[in-house]
Amino acid sequence: MDINTYNMGDIDIAWCPGCGNFGILNIIKETLAALDIAPQSLVVASGIGQAPKTPHYFRTNYFNGLHGRSVSPAVAVKSVNPELTVIAEGGDGDMYGEGGNHFIHNIRRNPDITHIVHNNMVYGLTKGQASPTSRKGFVTPVQVNGVILEPFNPLAVAVSLDASFVARTFSGDKDHAVEILKQAISHKGYALVDIFQPCVTFNKVNTFKWFKDNTYYLDDSYDPEDRVEAFKKAIETEKFPLGVIYKNTQKPTFEDSLNVYQDSKEPVYKRKVERQKKLSKLMQSMK
Amino acid sequence: MTDKIIKKDEINLVFAAEAGQGSDTISTILAKVFKDAGYNIFSTKEAMSRIRGGANSNDLRVSSSKICAGVWNIDVLIPLSANALDHVKDRISDNTLIFGEKEFISTRYCQKCKVRAVNFSGIAKEIGGIIYTNTVAAGFIMGLMNLDTIYLEELLKKRFAKKSEDIVNKNIEAAKRGYEKGKEFCKNENISIEIKRDETIKDQIIINGSTAVGMGCIAGGCNYVSSYPMSPSTGVLIFLAANGKEFDIIVEQAEDEIAAINMTLGAWYAGARGLATTSGGGYALMKEGISLAGMIETPVVIHLAQRPGPATGLPTRTEQGDLELALYAGHGEFPRVLYAPGDLQQAFYLSQKAFNIADKYQVPVTILTDQYILDSSYNVEEFDMSELSVDKYIIETNENYKRYEYTENGITPRGIPGFGKGLVGLDSDEHDEEGHITENLNTRVKMVDKRLKKYEALNDDIIPPELIGPENYKTLLLAWGTNLNIVKEAMQKLNKDDLAFLHYSQVWPLHPDTIKYLEKAEKVIMIENNATSQFAKLIRQQTGFTIQDKILKYNGHAFYVEELVEKISDLI
Repeated sequence: MDINTYNMGDIDIAWCPGCGNFGILNIIKETLAALDIAPQSLVVASGIGQAPKTPHYFRTNYFNGLHGRSVSPAVAVKSVNPELTVIAEGGDGDMYGEGGNHFIHNIRRNPDITHIVHNNMVYGLTKGQASPTSRKGFVTPVQVNGVILEPFNPLAVAVSLDASFVARTFSGDKDHAVEILKQAISHKGYALVDIFQPCVTFNKVNTFKWFKDNTYYLDDSYDPEDRVEAFKKAIETEKFPLGVIYKNTQKPTFEDSLNVYQDSKEPVYKRKVERQKKLSKLMQSMK
Repeated sequence: MTDKIIKKDEINLVFAAEAGQGSDTISTILAKVFKDAGYNIFSTKEAMSRIRGGANSNDLRVSSSKICAGVWNIDVLIPLSANALDHVKDRISDNTLIFGEKEFISTRYCQKCKVRAVNFSGIAKEIGGIIYTNTVAAGFIMGLMNLDTIYLEELLKKRFAKKSEDIVNKNIEAAKRGYEKGKEFCKNENISIEIKRDETIKDQIIINGSTAVGMGCIAGGCNYVSSYPMSPSTGVLIFLAANGKEFDIIVEQAEDEIAAINMTLGAWYAGARGLATTSGGGYALMKEGISLAGMIETPVVIHLAQRPGPATGLPTRTEQGDLELALYAGHGEFPRVLYAPGDLQQAFYLSQKAFNIADKYQVPVTILTDQYILDSSYNVEEFDMSELSVDKYIIETNENYKRYEYTENGITPRGIPGFGKGLVGLDSDEHDEEGHITENLNTRVKMVDKRLKKYEALNDDIIPPELIGPENYKTLLLAWGTNLNIVKEAMQKLNKDDLAFLHYSQVWPLHPDTIKYLEKAEKVIMIENNATSQFAKLIRQQTGFTIQDKILKYNGHAFYVEELVEKISDLI
């Protein structure tokens, strides 16, 4: 599909010049074009922050809801209409902080959705406080002596919960990110893509250069289907591995496991149910 | 021979026991048996928040006339545990007949009432084990009522059909042995219970409030439910789960109520008709989601099963304490609808209607019930569904579709993703017609006006309050929600020709005729199951009319008919 299909023309984008989100926006458009996904058959659910504004900046259906909650409508949309491609997108604060509980439990649910998390290790929208992924010692106007909390490790959490697809990429490497995102969207089941991204305004520590210096690429010898090895990779912090960390292709999806899709694959919302007839029958049994 | 004891027209049976001892089962079985035999029944229960132990009670009222409310007085009490008698002691009168194992009974709470030992468990042991104790007791009650055991036998056959023939036979034997004991007592003690039967009743159904709400939701086209279990709302979730396959309903237990409401909104966005069922604490967690529904103009139906708060409160008890919660839940200003069904019919029809109204006006609709109605059951006619329809307002979008396009009445035709050539975008930020973030303050004002304008349209659909009693009343009783039948019966008992009762099954938006009804009365008495008279406050806020007289109850129990009769009498 032509990448211009997703362009919205001349729009006012609220991100700072040089923001990593611009890169991610292009990565998403390129991925969708490569996978031939029409805007009409795509839903992007997002929350609050700078990253969740992304679906406002390309042509798609979107549910820009509450802070931290986007995975919840995303999983509902997918179960009501499995014919749609569904992405939940947000930042590290949105998805791992406010939305932490939904992150955990939707890995358990394993809906066929792609979970894109822009991870810049800082809060942008609220102007520079620590995020769940901020490194220890990171000084902010609130964490005045530096962050004292252990950074949240989304990959380790996901692997520990046997998530069906876990990957990390970097907004500064478009080709790698597109390739990872293509795999994630094509994967049947829950797919987490944590995207490292610099915040040019509020994070002067984890810069573009820092991410370059502190990451490395997994090579072909790495087997992402080995869960123990995947966990070892997920807890590496000296240098962060980029690539598909873990994959379990054996898990049934949430939608496929639902009662309503056992005998028919027709999306639930399209179905005609003989409610009155069946309710009358049910009432007979209550006599 | 002792004096003849005659109980006419109706009888209130109470079974009290520790949790897990089966007072529920016995009450449920007998309710069905009595209904099949042509009696009207009403059953309700009160229980502690525990799975085993404690002390609970089940009321089963049996009557020749239609009854839909609980009474205080106990005619026949069957204590099934050592602490049972103590638990209901205040309700025992000189007219109460008490039957039970000798270690469970005592005369200490009444001087004149008959207290008789019946060795239910001993008989059960003779048959095959104490597991048959409740069936013996059920048979005993049937003997007291002089009602052929055939009704009970049929039920036991059905109930234990999947178990062995031996179990069925032993249960039947247990029922018969109990029956004989009951008959024997009536004869020896000169007791006669005479309640007229009506054959047509056996064609009616027995359901509780949870089932009525659940069936109403299905009739309204509900095909999605996401909820977190919380008493007393869980019954509706269980009912929908049990019937999910048959009615194509996606049923998912959410990780928390925040997920539940956001999932339900996502389901509506994608074209389903979703429900979230919860209680006060869960509804409190859903508040931000309710505000979101208001902003993104996505329909949603929430069942709020009230129990006493604040916080965890009394988990298994009843209250009408969450009217203000439902009325003000969520930040910002947006339209909403609150229904408060008064009986099982209203629970069914309003739950059905909630889905159509939510879809039509793209607003959150809350159905307020409480533990009392959800756990109470009685016989009702099958619901007539001939006038009902599932009204869908989803449109196929065109290329230029705008989710929030300005319209005359504020309602923009609702598209869903994947149906049509357009794109459907929702935004929790203030947004333009397309649904994109805006900080244009003129657009802000127009969008606020658009959302609030829906109230004007909604006003056409307000369910008027129901006036019961004479048009020319001097005293007007006022109630909302589940007090309907209790007040109605109290009114009948008071039998005054200048007394009327105004009942609200929709509490928001408030019907504009309200003030007319109030001004006509010399005295208005508000009856509510809460401590601060929340509905009276709402009426004052909306009409300027101050209701002076209030009958309020907030100990976790619903009103009893006699209690209301007394309290109303004190005021008029």
